[in-house]
Amino acid sequence: MRKTLGLAALAAALACGGANAQQVNVKIGILTDMSSLYSDVGGPGSVAAAKLAIADFTKANPNVKVDLVSGDHQNKPDVGSQLANQWYDVDKVDVIVDTPNSGVALAVSQITTTKNKVFLVSGAAASDLTGPKCNANTVHWTYDTWMLANGTGKAIVKTGGDTWFFLTADYAFGHALERDTSAAVEKNGGKVVGKVRHPLNTNDFSSFLLQAQASKAKIIGLANAGGDTINAIKQGAEFGIVKGGQKFAGLLVFASDVNALGLQTAQGLTLTETWYWDMNDANRAWTKRWQAERAAAGKFPTMVQAGVYSAISHYLKAVVAVKSAADGKAVVAQMEKMPTDDALFGKGTVRADGRKLHPAYLLEVKKPEESKYPGDFYHVRATIPADEAFRPLKEGNCPLVGG
Amino acid sequence: MFEIFGIPSNALFGQLLIGLINGSFYALLSLGLAVIFGMLNIINFSHGAQYMLGAFVAYLLLQYSGLGYWPALIVAPVLVGITGMIVERLMLQWLYKLDHLYGLLLTFGLALIFEGLTRNYFGSAGLPYTLPDSLRGGQNLGFMFLPNYRAWVIVASLAICFGTWFVIERTRLGAYLRAATENPTLVRAFGINVPRMITLTYGFGVALAAFAGVMAAPIYNVSPQMGSELIIVVFAVVVIGGMGSILGAIVTGFGLGVIEGLTKVFFPEASNTVIFVIMAIVLLVRPAGLFGRRA
Repeated sequence: MRKTLGLAALAAALACGGANAQQVNVKIGILTDMSSLYSDVGGPGSVAAAKLAIADFTKANPNVKVDLVSGDHQNKPDVGSQLANQWYDVDKVDVIVDTPNSGVALAVSQITTTKNKVFLVSGAAASDLTGPKCNANTVHWTYDTWMLANGTGKAIVKTGGDTWFFLTADYAFGHALERDTSAAVEKNGGKVVGKVRHPLNTNDFSSFLLQAQASKAKIIGLANAGGDTINAIKQGAEFGIVKGGQKFAGLLVFASDVNALGLQTAQGLTLTETWYWDMNDANRAWTKRWQAERAAAGKFPTMVQAGVYSAISHYLKAVVAVKSAADGKAVVAQMEKMPTDDALFGKGTVRADGRKLHPAYLLEVKKPEESKYPGDFYHVRATIPADEAFRPLKEGNCPLVGG
Repeated sequence: MFEIFGIPSNALFGQLLIGLINGSFYALLSLGLAVIFGMLNIINFSHGAQYMLGAFVAYLLLQYSGLGYWPALIVAPVLVGITGMIVERLMLQWLYKLDHLYGLLLTFGLALIFEGLTRNYFGSAGLPYTLPDSLRGGQNLGFMFLPNYRAWVIVASLAICFGTWFVIERTRLGAYLRAATENPTLVRAFGINVPRMITLTYGFGVALAAFAGVMAAPIYNVSPQMGSELIIVVFAVVVIGGMGSILGAIVTGFGLGVIEGLTKVFFPEASNTVIFVIMAIVLLVRPAGLFGRRA
């Protein structure tokens, strides 16, 4: 009797196992800047993008259960590291996404590979993430300093801006951007005549702008982002930089920065991005959904937030393919094996060094009279194909790439 | 054209002038703080948030009632000053008998609330506010190009600083105020309405912060965190000058502006920290600050 009962139970258990698809559990953590200068670039908008990605994916794959947490790294590597450790060790998070601020991203990347989780970088820029600091658990999604340098830098040198003076934010991102842009400028026949490093979150640029004026460089390269870029350009207008014959090169400018400057001040700025909300119907439709999710009609998504959506979508596909989120290296290997295809970035690939490839776009800020509706900021001047937009695989010094 | 420490003299004079201009800004901001602490013994940590509110009210006035920069210079400080007075009447007045720290905690909490609400409504990237047309352009001084607006900042700052110092140190009203801080009971016995004077003084200090905010709006990014970035430096200025001293705050503001400007030329990466290094040194040598009276 007991043996029959036992056999019956066993049979029932086996039958259960075969009838349903296997339940996959994933926990995603959005580590971003919620309260400081990058919070419009990533921040709550990244969380909204993540929610959209999860909703879209679980609708098509009901056997996947996804939990979402979010946290504020406050642009401090120690805070970001502490949160990452806690999420990985205590809260069982499988993947961390976003992280604007290269200093935080580099720290979290190391922690992720030690714990064999996954790190999808959308917000940070330093190309070192797929260069000397690359690892098998990190994928660098939306953009990086090399792409910015070679997109904007090359375009400007080719149109005659051949002497450069850099205003650099004094931390990992600024240094990387200045390094990559100097290399791009010199490769295309230009010269770097000087540079000055300012602390992150500087209010007053008058002293640095004076030094830039004194250098007589044709181009003042802004190797910074967010509030620093806005202040530099705003005060540059005050000091008559453009009237004096010099031009600004905004190496990393987001739509939120253009909004804060106003088109009157920002017109004519050349910049490179990998996604713009008004470029095609798919982007516009997604923007409407994002605005509803974000509950902020006046805001527009940045490429970082679009990257969060795209990265999570691809990650979840990879997790389903390897049936579990537990082994970070296996999931990333799967992400590199599968080509990417999503509504926002189209078709692309993830390379062996963790670099996601997609086309980049050279954009120019419209004049105020050319802008027909809120958010209508840019002309799309050129498309840089994916294989040219990012640093060649062999040039990165990534230890994962042989030779 | 000669060189000083490897920097051409032209460039150095330009940087000194910029340092003076920034110093005038610090002086204007620390004046409000010094008035509030010197007169009322309140550590007003919401000073930065009130500065930010001044800039935001200026933006809103432009957006919704078409009031430009010049009217905003008067209207915004008055509006923000009134909210300051409301805060004082409703919340701060109960804390005078307690330790300084309670006032600090309350005002710090208020600062966080103001900043959070503003960021919630307006985002963190900032709002556009341009230079008033009458102050556009600049003068070529030979050794540098001086924007007209920056020249206006120095002039306005000096006027307000001198005016405030004069009122507090040299007029009867100022004398009443100083007496009321030292011995409120006795001054009340003379028939002077001390609580009302205190409320008005707090409102004046807050209005000074908001005035600095409106002055900052055309040149600095109008964002919710603009105040918290500046408030720490302003506190350092007030501490170095001496917490009770109006003149100390003004002189130190200008002095530190110049030192910070020179640091930006010779060692720019340290321009954030040099003020705190000086504060540490001053406090070691003169604990009450440069002009402070021993409490």
